[in-house]
Amino acid sequence: MPEARVIPMPAPPQAEPTPESSTAEAEWDQRLAQALAFLRRRLTGEYEVDEFGFDEDFTDRVYLPALRPLYKSWFRVETFGMHNIPDTGGALVVANHSGTVPMDGLMTALAVHDEHPARRRLRLLGADLVFKLPLVGSIARKTGNTLACNADAERLLETGELVGVYPEGFKGVGKPFADRYKLQRFGRGGFVSAAIRTGVPIIPCSIVGAEEIYPMIGNLKGLARVLGVPYLPVTPTFPLLGPLGLIPLPSKWLIEFGEPIPTAHLGPAAADDPMLVFNLTDEIRETIQQSLYSLLMQRGSVFS
Amino acid sequence: MAPKVVLVTGVSRYLGGQLAAALATDPRIERVVGLDSVRPSSELLPASSRVEFVRADIRNPLIAKVISSAEVDTVVHMNIGTSPGTAGGRTSMKELNVIGTMQLLAACQKADTVRRLVVKSTTTVYGSSSRDPALFTEEMDARAVRSSGYAKDSVEIEGYVRGFSRRRPEVSLALLRFTNFIGPTIDSMLTRYFSMPLVPTVLGFDARVQMLHEQDALEVLRLATVGSYNGTVNVGGEGVLLLSQAIRRAGQIPVSVPAPLVASLGGLLRQTGIADFSPEQLRFLNFGRVVDTTRLNDDFGYRPRFTTAEAFADFCAHQRPVIDPARIRGIERRLLRAATLNRIQEPVDA
Repeated sequence: MPEARVIPMPAPPQAEPTPESSTAEAEWDQRLAQALAFLRRRLTGEYEVDEFGFDEDFTDRVYLPALRPLYKSWFRVETFGMHNIPDTGGALVVANHSGTVPMDGLMTALAVHDEHPARRRLRLLGADLVFKLPLVGSIARKTGNTLACNADAERLLETGELVGVYPEGFKGVGKPFADRYKLQRFGRGGFVSAAIRTGVPIIPCSIVGAEEIYPMIGNLKGLARVLGVPYLPVTPTFPLLGPLGLIPLPSKWLIEFGEPIPTAHLGPAAADDPMLVFNLTDEIRETIQQSLYSLLMQRGSVFS
Repeated sequence: MAPKVVLVTGVSRYLGGQLAAALATDPRIERVVGLDSVRPSSELLPASSRVEFVRADIRNPLIAKVISSAEVDTVVHMNIGTSPGTAGGRTSMKELNVIGTMQLLAACQKADTVRRLVVKSTTTVYGSSSRDPALFTEEMDARAVRSSGYAKDSVEIEGYVRGFSRRRPEVSLALLRFTNFIGPTIDSMLTRYFSMPLVPTVLGFDARVQMLHEQDALEVLRLATVGSYNGTVNVGGEGVLLLSQAIRRAGQIPVSVPAPLVASLGGLLRQTGIADFSPEQLRFLNFGRVVDTTRLNDDFGYRPRFTTAEAFADFCAHQRPVIDPARIRGIERRLLRAATLNRIQEPVDA
């Protein structure tokens, strides 16, 4: 038995017992001071960005707080298997894509940041269209996302970042409502080779709920081609109700992170073995599809 | 082995003049020959310097004679114009850049004494588009096709340089791809841009910008000239600044211009002589460009003394800001004291 030790008592809190009104006041003062300091940093450029243009100050003080009400009250997101995401080191989260507007990416990133004990950042890989659009592209970069290409994915993974990817791309996010929860082709398996080359685990992620936010019942293909976008959705409320149609339906969301699939034992050379890459891609796709079905059973009704 | 006789082209520009002057102080180098079509100013290249100035155009056949008679062993090619305004129009800029390089390389190929070539190229060869990877490494090609201008010239120049290298494999070649220069004394596209009181930006875009301090640029050029590094290398400061962030740090006022109007604004600025921005420089304001400098650090063996942010801060320290950061802090302090009834006296820092 170890010897008894004297454990110093934690010092009592310094603050005097104050009436509730004055602590609330102090808190308000602090918030105001923080907000003013943030504004000053914006006006003087005294904040840091990483090579990818990720601006933590903006993300934490403007972007994530703006998404939180949507996450908590509107979609009532529930997460499962958060322990499958490691506390440190690179890992690749691979998820299904849906919802006409890629809201699932934003919600998954917020879920990981708010509910993972290490408050990790999920760095998403986006289509080039995202970075071509004014405002959308610059916000996407400022909030830590980058272009979906192997160079960027591997650079992030090598530096120990948590990277999120939606291999279905536009085929997933822009699919008709009738095809909901049916996984589309998983790209060309580029994400798998990026993970193998950097030796990081792949974490399958299944998102239920995003399919119903903008049910796509039609697609104005001709107009989409003229505008240079991959699809132009018709939903029950858009364009019928005009700007009101932009409000997403309040479906109930479930996000599950599955068991990590290790790739380190394969060695970087395995990334050049197409058969292995295809098989691993299929395995991950199948895992996500199965877990989508069981999450759907678990959820019951769409707006529950 | 240090070079004996160095020829520097473009010696009337800031970096060319500085490099020639720096090489002239190296006792191992016997002769430094500076070449340009205009005489360098006396402050750039003082008469006391032992740089021998030859007034000639690199397109002139005389250049072959200069190389052979001086027995030049190292050629540093820096006579590459970046904007049409300073070169006297786009046609003559292209003429000088592309044809000039061809002529210079032809002269080098004939000269048996030449055994090292250093070319000041640019990261503009990677282009600038929404489809760019976050960082370009030396092996990558541009994602978007370059239509014209400085970027296209640079790509063509690099092509001719590679061709020369194939024909004269025994000549070692350092192809230096520089990012944008910044600093208190240099005159570059970015120093002109950030000196405008109202700085135009593209609405809805915020480019990532990587910069290189003029002293680091000079040091890399000097090391490349006296060293033996063989190959292509990106040269840039560590880290990036967002364009909007840099404008704020400089204390200037950004003005967002919708993308379709940017080109005509650029034309207007050029015509009125306020600023001279080529179309690809304006496109750069959309997307920016960042390069990987691992090769510079590990293979070339140089780590820039200034990061992008430090280099920019050095530039800002010599500028007069429109909005002084101290004033913003003062306003913040007053607002804070008023709103909290003096309960909080000083602004908080993160």
